[in-house]
Amino acid sequence: MSRPDDTATSAKLDRRDERLQSGDDIGGAIRNFIERVRAGDLGSLPVIVGLIVICSVFTAINPLFLSPANLVNLLFDCSTVGIISLGVVCMLLVGEIDLSVGSVSGLASAVLGVVWVNTGWPVPLAIIAAIGTGALIGLIYSELFNRFGMPSFVATLAGLLAVLGAQLYILGPTGSINLPYGSDLVNFGQLLVIPKPLGYALALIPGLVSFASRLRMAQRRRAANLSSASLAMIALRAGLLTIGLEIAVFVLNQARGVPWMFALFVLLVVVMHYALSRTKWGRSMRAVGGNREAARRAGIKVRAIYTSAFVLCGTFAAIGGVMAACRLASASQQAGTGDVNLNAIAAAVIGGTSLFGGRGSAYSALLGIIVIQSISSGLTLLDLSSSLRYMITGAVLAIAVVVDSLARRSRQSHGRA
Amino acid sequence: MPASDSTAKREPVLSLRGISKNFGAVQALTDINLDVHAGEVVALVGDNGAGKSTLVKILSGVHPATSGAIRFLSQEVHLADPGAALSLGIATVFQDLALCENLDVVANIFLGRELSPLGLDEVTMEVRAWQLLNELSARIPSVREVVASLSGGQRQTVAIARSLLLEPKLILLDEPTAALGVAQTAEVLDLIERVRDRGLAVVMVSHNMEDVRAVADRIAVLRLGRNNGIFLPDASNAELVAAITGAENNAISRRAQRRAAEGQAPQ
Repeated sequence: MSRPDDTATSAKLDRRDERLQSGDDIGGAIRNFIERVRAGDLGSLPVIVGLIVICSVFTAINPLFLSPANLVNLLFDCSTVGIISLGVVCMLLVGEIDLSVGSVSGLASAVLGVVWVNTGWPVPLAIIAAIGTGALIGLIYSELFNRFGMPSFVATLAGLLAVLGAQLYILGPTGSINLPYGSDLVNFGQLLVIPKPLGYALALIPGLVSFASRLRMAQRRRAANLSSASLAMIALRAGLLTIGLEIAVFVLNQARGVPWMFALFVLLVVVMHYALSRTKWGRSMRAVGGNREAARRAGIKVRAIYTSAFVLCGTFAAIGGVMAACRLASASQQAGTGDVNLNAIAAAVIGGTSLFGGRGSAYSALLGIIVIQSISSGLTLLDLSSSLRYMITGAVLAIAVVVDSLARRSRQSHGRA
Repeated sequence: MPASDSTAKREPVLSLRGISKNFGAVQALTDINLDVHAGEVVALVGDNGAGKSTLVKILSGVHPATSGAIRFLSQEVHLADPGAALSLGIATVFQDLALCENLDVVANIFLGRELSPLGLDEVTMEVRAWQLLNELSARIPSVREVVASLSGGQRQTVAIARSLLLEPKLILLDEPTAALGVAQTAEVLDLIERVRDRGLAVVMVSHNMEDVRAVADRIAVLRLGRNNGIFLPDASNAELVAAITGAENNAISRRAQRRAAEGQAPQ
């Protein structure tokens, strides 16, 4: 019987050091995970725990909270601010912040309303104009930051006011533009859901892609004499992912189904995740956020990286603004004001993207916004006033930042910072 | 030392003539001349403020020189930015190492030089990282740990391995042993010798005379931004200290320079 695996494992290129505790099997993976968490490398753990707590509490108080109809609404609401939050993740990764995402999204929705409804441009052009506005604002911030050394929070705080002014100015004296009901955009924002069978089919894709890509990676690593995940591990991961998604789709299909808008949000998250973790650009973003001077000396064009982060943030804020206009079927003076700004930033932080730069992932926008919208939806079901909602959301943000800071301190003392 | 005989005739890898650098009113470097040959470790020593680090920064493209000529591989070169120096074949290990602590060893080694930018080739990068580390006989348990979890000596190793990635002709080390313990210092000195034995030219900045004497083939002294003599490693401590501090007794420094000049020919 030839089982060269055991002897080969000990000689793997990356497993030769005897100090290393190997964790390739399922037991080892669990041990590694516990070890990481203890050292303060929490990843998405706090947010998942938080989500479970939130769901249990609200369901206990009002069983409607976990009803499929409410969950579908929740996903519609998640998508708009979630997309904005995706841009905030980019800013936080390079260690900067954009405080004006709410205003930028409001301006984008106003541009959409004015250009499409009042001026009568075709819809695609109006969308491009709105998103282009956001990108342009991001570009202006990056110029202020790169050329004049303006701290990002000051530049964007000034922008917050200026952009809000621009929004009010172009909306004119009426202050509000209604988008026509029945138009594709408004349907997209309010009604369109993935057909139920298609929903089940689409939910298979992530598991299959994960299985195929991890299997290919494992084969390549084995060919290169590096340690690799076992087939069982890969299958287990893909299986759990698929089961989870199918259950989610099943629950949502009990009501209207999975909103297309949420699908768009998830697609953007996945694309950004790939870009941030598997491309040279994403690596450079993290490097700049971790140690700007080191990145510069490694030949990374630090200014271009900052510019890309600012422009992406503005772009995502504008996309979120367009989605919000579709969702509300109007472009008004209120769009993008109130808690939009804070929710978008809070979502990124709650989801596990560090305020201190260099750490985080696109998924934190998805996880974080689900937490925030769950709280908001739960409190609405409880019929609490917005005053209490603000206070509770503020407290959750504070807790998230405390967890982030404590985890960072723990990482430092465990040498994982 | 058979090497120094041939290096004297060979064209140097790096040749500096009349390099000066001003920071506003401060003349940090004045008229610096320096030659470095392949397979040679030149130590750059001097007191605080002698201009060692400034010279390293000029060579690595961090600051441009105010005036003077840099010849590298027999070509007049202009080092406008770190990228230019890197692509010419001048790699630098800075005193602060310039590593990103939030990234793992592989990501740090390949920072700015990633393979297949649109879909990072992690497997090839990891294999190459192990190759580099193994060539240096480095003891890093895992290249997938973030740099924050490594010891000072291990970080130095990662920084040196990174500088070797592009197969440079010249490697600059700024205070490679300053922050290290006894054993780690010995490991890094071994590392420097291995780098030299691969035929690279090495310029090492150091405060530590013991380390300098242990690995350097020649010792260039800077004082207040000017050349203050070239010594061989068998020069006495008194001579080196005199040159570094600018001793009152001029006879010692004159004698040291004479000995250095004599020493180069017959040995």
